[in-house]
Amino acid sequence: MAYFIELLVNGALVGLMYALAALGFVLIYKSAGVPNLAQGALVMMAAFLVWYLGSLGLPIWIAILAGAALMFGFGLLVERLLLRRMVGQPVIMVVMLTLGMEILLRGLIPGVFGASPKSIDLGIGLAPVIVADVFMNRAYLIGGLVALLLIGASMLFFRTRLGTKLRAVSDDHVASWAVGLSVERAIGLSWGIAGIAAVGAGVLWGSVQGVDWTLSTLLFPAIAVVILGGIDSIKGVLVGGLAVGILGSVIPGYLDAYAGGSTRDVVTSVIILLTILVRPHGIFGREDIERI
Amino acid sequence: MFYRLSGVRHTSYPAARQLWPIAADRWQVGVLALLALLAPLLISDLYLGSYALPWLIWTAAALSLSLLMGLGGQLHFGFAAVMAIGAYSSIHLARGGVPFEFALLGGGLTAAVIGTAFGAAALRVKGLYLVMATLAMQYLVDWVISNVPAISGGAQATLRTPEVSFLWIPIDSLDARYYVALLWTVLMTLFFLNVKRTSFGRALAAIRDKDFAAAVIGVDPFRTKLTAFMTASFAGGVSGAILAFCYYGAVTPEQFGFNVSIQLVAMVLVGGLGSVVGGYLGAGFVLLVPIVLTNLIAGLGAAGWFSISQNLTAHLPLIFYGGMIIGFLLFEPLGLAKIYDNIRKYFLVWPFRHSGS
Repeated sequence: MAYFIELLVNGALVGLMYALAALGFVLIYKSAGVPNLAQGALVMMAAFLVWYLGSLGLPIWIAILAGAALMFGFGLLVERLLLRRMVGQPVIMVVMLTLGMEILLRGLIPGVFGASPKSIDLGIGLAPVIVADVFMNRAYLIGGLVALLLIGASMLFFRTRLGTKLRAVSDDHVASWAVGLSVERAIGLSWGIAGIAAVGAGVLWGSVQGVDWTLSTLLFPAIAVVILGGIDSIKGVLVGGLAVGILGSVIPGYLDAYAGGSTRDVVTSVIILLTILVRPHGIFGREDIERI
Repeated sequence: MFYRLSGVRHTSYPAARQLWPIAADRWQVGVLALLALLAPLLISDLYLGSYALPWLIWTAAALSLSLLMGLGGQLHFGFAAVMAIGAYSSIHLARGGVPFEFALLGGGLTAAVIGTAFGAAALRVKGLYLVMATLAMQYLVDWVISNVPAISGGAQATLRTPEVSFLWIPIDSLDARYYVALLWTVLMTLFFLNVKRTSFGRALAAIRDKDFAAAVIGVDPFRTKLTAFMTASFAGGVSGAILAFCYYGAVTPEQFGFNVSIQLVAMVLVGGLGSVVGGYLGAGFVLLVPIVLTNLIAGLGAAGWFSISQNLTAHLPLIFYGGMIIGFLLFEPLGLAKIYDNIRKYFLVWPFRHSGS
């Protein structure tokens, strides 16, 4: 039983960190209706940037803030240079464009900064936290709390004046234009915010598993999170993240010994497949009604 | 002048329906076919084995995927898994003593059955969700192959292809393997060219353009999509088997990973959706351009033009590959087939700038 609770708690914390990686995906889909399959690469890029700024001698907190500013700018740039030309194109074009960006960044970033794994030290320490006989990974605990904080912040953000504008744009581009909202600026802004979310995910995951190109493989669990939770729902990211994290920790915890390892990917795939079979729009997603 | 249209008059239905009504096109196809047949005599074994052979096989695979994505409009991001199913099942059949010809068919059929099963599950959804569902299929198949020792071939997870013969000719030399690949690619090409003219091909195009409009005029969308999945999976499975037998010689699960799926989609998109010429050009471009450009830059760096670190050189193929996808989507979304078409249209009326009024 203690083993089960341990898997449960650590899985939930990991799930919150998946949710952080998935947050950028949802933010962009919500405002622009564009699937951003480059979010994994953005997370990797953010982690490399923060590591680089830290290695220049900046204190880690300054490096994170500067990295967030840089990634915000990069997000704006990507929207302006690449995605704005894709307006009105079929979804396959956008999917491939973001995948092309993923591949490009996966080559460019380790190519420039060096492929060997780097480490980001947040000063968390390695000793596990023990609460009532349950061992919790300290990095996961802090990561999960930070993720919770950031997701909560982005929920609150959508209640501000700016967030309301973004919601309006996500509802209907043409109607937003008609009432004088700048749709382009709103979409650009959502890419910038996705860049900031990538900094959060990149720093937390980078401090846990080291900074190298494998950070971009976070894309796959992040996709499972958004599919399960609903592709345009921030509440869904939270619930989906918890579910993917817990299932991806508890099931392998019992099955890995029999099935020969790495059942986590299988659990993630099955979550995606079952969700699409049973409820394609996810738990909290908005069901699209196709009009003829 | 080059593509003379004068004298091209259709006096019978077969003449009006033929694939290449213009004489210049027939000449080009004939010359290319002759070059492909004579390639083992014309180019060295190194180029034949490491460029021409993979190019042909990947072309066949790209055409299989293009059938689904270009003609049918169904996105598939797990096509490498389909090829893996074909490769592994044909190898196991051949090791079990089944003749190579039937092993290829068996590989294709297994891929068709499993691919269609996933397709049937995924066909309730379209667009982005279909991408995600096929992506999940890729990871599931990968995992099953690498975690079931009976499939992957034990602890080292490499499975050597047995010695086989095709139509009583042993496939042991490079030339023999080249001709098997050539035969399959030509078959795929002819099939692709002709399927566009069948009722099935037209039904697929109707589904791609608007599925409920197709349903209104009496095309069953689900059945047509499923048949498309089955046909493409069969062709993909055989292509995977040919790839394993004629090129790799031994298979590991990594050879059919997620990145390979992306590579296939890139070939189809860079070439041009639903185009045969695009299949050839796209496969060649995606396979060769990153290698050529990387060698060029590494060569220039070695010659002292500029300094480039070892680390960056190692990552150049990925950079070029990703950059190529982005560049094509932004500047020529219809792919290399469109560029070919533009050039052909230019020469169609050359030396004039445009035709008629």
